[in-house]
Amino acid sequence: IPFVALSRFQLHTGLPRNLSLGGHVGFDSLPDQLVSKSVTQGFCFNILCVGETGIGKSTLMNTLFNTMFENEEASHYQNGVCMRPRTYDLQESNVHLKLTIVDTVGFGDQINKEESYKPIVDYIDTQFENYLQEELKIKRSLFNYHDGRIHICLYFIAPTGHSLKSLDLVTMKKLDSKVNIIPIIAKADTISKSELHKFKIKIMSELVSNGVQIYQFPTDDDAVTEINSSMNAHLPFAVVGSIEEVKVGNKTVRARQYPWGVVQVENESHCDFVKLREMLIRVNMEDLREQTHARHYELYRRCKLEEMGFKDTDPDCEPFSLQETYEAKRKEFMGDLQKKEEEMRQMFVNKVKETEAELKEKERELHNKFEQLKHMHQEEKRKVEEKRRELEEEMNAFNRRKVAAETLSLAQPLKKDKDKKNRSVKTENQSGVSLSNSKVMMAKASVEPLNCDSWWQAIQCCTCLVHNAAWRQGLF
Amino acid sequence: MTTNIRYKSRIPIKSDETTEEKQYVGFATLPNQVHRKSVKKGFDFTLMVAGESGMGKSTLVNSLFLTDLYKDRKLLNAEERINQTVEIIKHTVDIEEKGVKLKLTIVDTPGFGDAVNNNECWKPITDYIDQQFEQYFRDESGLNRKNIQDNRVHCCLYFIPPFGHGLRPVDVEFMKALHEKVNVVPLIAKADCLTPNEIKKLKDRVREEIERFGIKVYQFPECDSDEDEEFKQLDKELKECCPLAVIGSNTVVEARGQRVRGRLYPWGIVEVENQSHCDFVKLRNMLIRSHMHDLKDVTCDVHYENYRAQCIQDMTSKLTHDNRMESPIPILPLSTPDVETDRLIKMKDEELARMQEMLNKMQQQIHDGKDQ
Repeated sequence: IPFVALSRFQLHTGLPRNLSLGGHVGFDSLPDQLVSKSVTQGFCFNILCVGETGIGKSTLMNTLFNTMFENEEASHYQNGVCMRPRTYDLQESNVHLKLTIVDTVGFGDQINKEESYKPIVDYIDTQFENYLQEELKIKRSLFNYHDGRIHICLYFIAPTGHSLKSLDLVTMKKLDSKVNIIPIIAKADTISKSELHKFKIKIMSELVSNGVQIYQFPTDDDAVTEINSSMNAHLPFAVVGSIEEVKVGNKTVRARQYPWGVVQVENESHCDFVKLREMLIRVNMEDLREQTHARHYELYRRCKLEEMGFKDTDPDCEPFSLQETYEAKRKEFMGDLQKKEEEMRQMFVNKVKETEAELKEKERELHNKFEQLKHMHQEEKRKVEEKRRELEEEMNAFNRRKVAAETLSLAQPLKKDKDKKNRSVKTENQSGVSLSNSKVMMAKASVEPLNCDSWWQAIQCCTCLVHNAAWRQGLF
Repeated sequence: MTTNIRYKSRIPIKSDETTEEKQYVGFATLPNQVHRKSVKKGFDFTLMVAGESGMGKSTLVNSLFLTDLYKDRKLLNAEERINQTVEIIKHTVDIEEKGVKLKLTIVDTPGFGDAVNNNECWKPITDYIDQQFEQYFRDESGLNRKNIQDNRVHCCLYFIPPFGHGLRPVDVEFMKALHEKVNVVPLIAKADCLTPNEIKKLKDRVREEIERFGIKVYQFPECDSDEDEEFKQLDKELKECCPLAVIGSNTVVEARGQRVRGRLYPWGIVEVENQSHCDFVKLRNMLIRSHMHDLKDVTCDVHYENYRAQCIQDMTSKLTHDNRMESPIPILPLSTPDVETDRLIKMKDEELARMQEMLNKMQQQIHDGKDQ
């Protein structure tokens, strides 16, 4: 029976046929149902403002949404670019809007701006990543999820009147595949009409020639084709922002008052603010959200999953199960981790062995040196001993001669006193033989006398000095 | 004969003929002589302009000197500027007014601050200034000093962008690298971007930051106490207006029935020479009409003398150890031979001490061994 049902089912697959209705069914209210549902849900919109400090980002946001978002003036001396997201709840009629404005604090202030784009790209990727994580969860609540993905990036170009800055070009190239970019010329009340025309053309041609993809207002929907295509031709919008009100004629408008005139923000012949507001908020907000989700997010998701090793089909044309792939990846990852751990352990062990060997080697060297020095020391001691013996012999010989001389002199009583002296000297010699001996030794060695009261010390001192002599000659 | 009557140089002595003949020496005409000679000799002035691309430097120079120096200029694209290095380009023009000739040199610094990585982007500029000093130093010390060409930079106009909240790091670093080599005059560029309140706030901010970072910008000299009140008042106003907020224009527009240099907007016309619109007139007066010579004097007496003193010091410290005569480029002196031998001696002493210690230890050991 199931087989029959299946075959009957198969008969009706193929292109759907157009049927005409006999009367009013009522499903034309579907869009309204959708609308009322989304109105109850509330909308969410995230704007990223990229531009140098002081270029007018906060003022423009205040002007666009006709309110005062709290903002302190940023300093020029930040070390790097810092992303500052702020979320506000706005309401107009019965429509709730959860608006997040992300500011790039410190952009363009550093002397070396090579890394300036990184925090911005990282922030956008993080928002995508968070959404992806939520999507991949087992228990997920996407309708409740606060979507932080950036729907539009307003890039503020400084009104130099020449062309884009090198930083602008580099940054926009990094961002164009991740977010919808609308470039705007900030503080446009400093450029005259003719200069502005040339400036816009230059900017657009630079963007095109460098392959930067900016957001194009969609021209496939009949209702908005005309206005969108005409607006596309006005890019980049030259805007002026102001929250101050000035009386012009009998109206009070938002404007900037100069000594030479008043620049009205909402005057289309003064600047393109109205165009920006139309395009950004009144006409294409929903399209921006859709593009973010359908194009930029999908691109990110695909790249990320491919990175992780997912494919749509495996070599055998069997659809992959996310679960299996995940398991396989996990195993691989754990294996890698273990291998790395092993490697590190091995390296550590090797290092320890090496160090041990080194230390042993050093120890051996030191020992050798010690032996060597001891040997030398012994040599020196021996030499000194020999010298001492020689000296003793000489002394004995001298004493003998002296005795002989004395016995001779004893025969002559005139030299009695001298004998006495000699004798006393002799006795001294015999008891404190070390003192004079050492002194004699010193005299022989022609170094200054030392005060040693024992042989041993004398020798040691001698050794020292001998060593020193050797030292001076550079034998060490 | 009274000798204690003081003669004021500009006011002729009004006394009766006889005393005048007896007491009038005549050196009161010296200023006139100086004037005549200087007109004959002509003047020269070198002005450097620095700042990011698009700040209106060329336009301002054209407005200041009422000529067009940049007719065939080629501007680089953003792509080409990513790795751009700073160049130095000189434009020299001879202009004349009421018989007074001026040889004006404008030194341009294209590429400053334009690359993505601007580390030390002011180095070519400081090198250029030093080079000019060195050349003048050589010429001055040479044998034939008749025709010395003075290419030293007398003034550097630095353009601060009006779009920010004050000075940026690159502004601070640049001015600090140059403030002791040249007279730095900071300007707020493209001032038609700011309302009068905003201008005041920015000027206060910049003045405060200049003081905080210790940047020595060009100070106007104090005027003498016997100058007239009007002059003193102007001087005071000028000092309070620093940094000057300027606007330049290459085009002439029709405003209030006159043809003036200005910028035409849908909401009004900005006149460059209108004092309530910007400080251009003040800048022109200061730079050309009243302080040009003072700028030259400060360059000669302060910056150049500092350079020269430093140069000679470096040369003499090298000469005492090295008998060769080196070029007067201030390079770091190598470690002198005395220092080398000192170091060697110290090393050897340390070795000696160590060996001595080891020896003592071993003897001690042997001694102990023997005792046991």
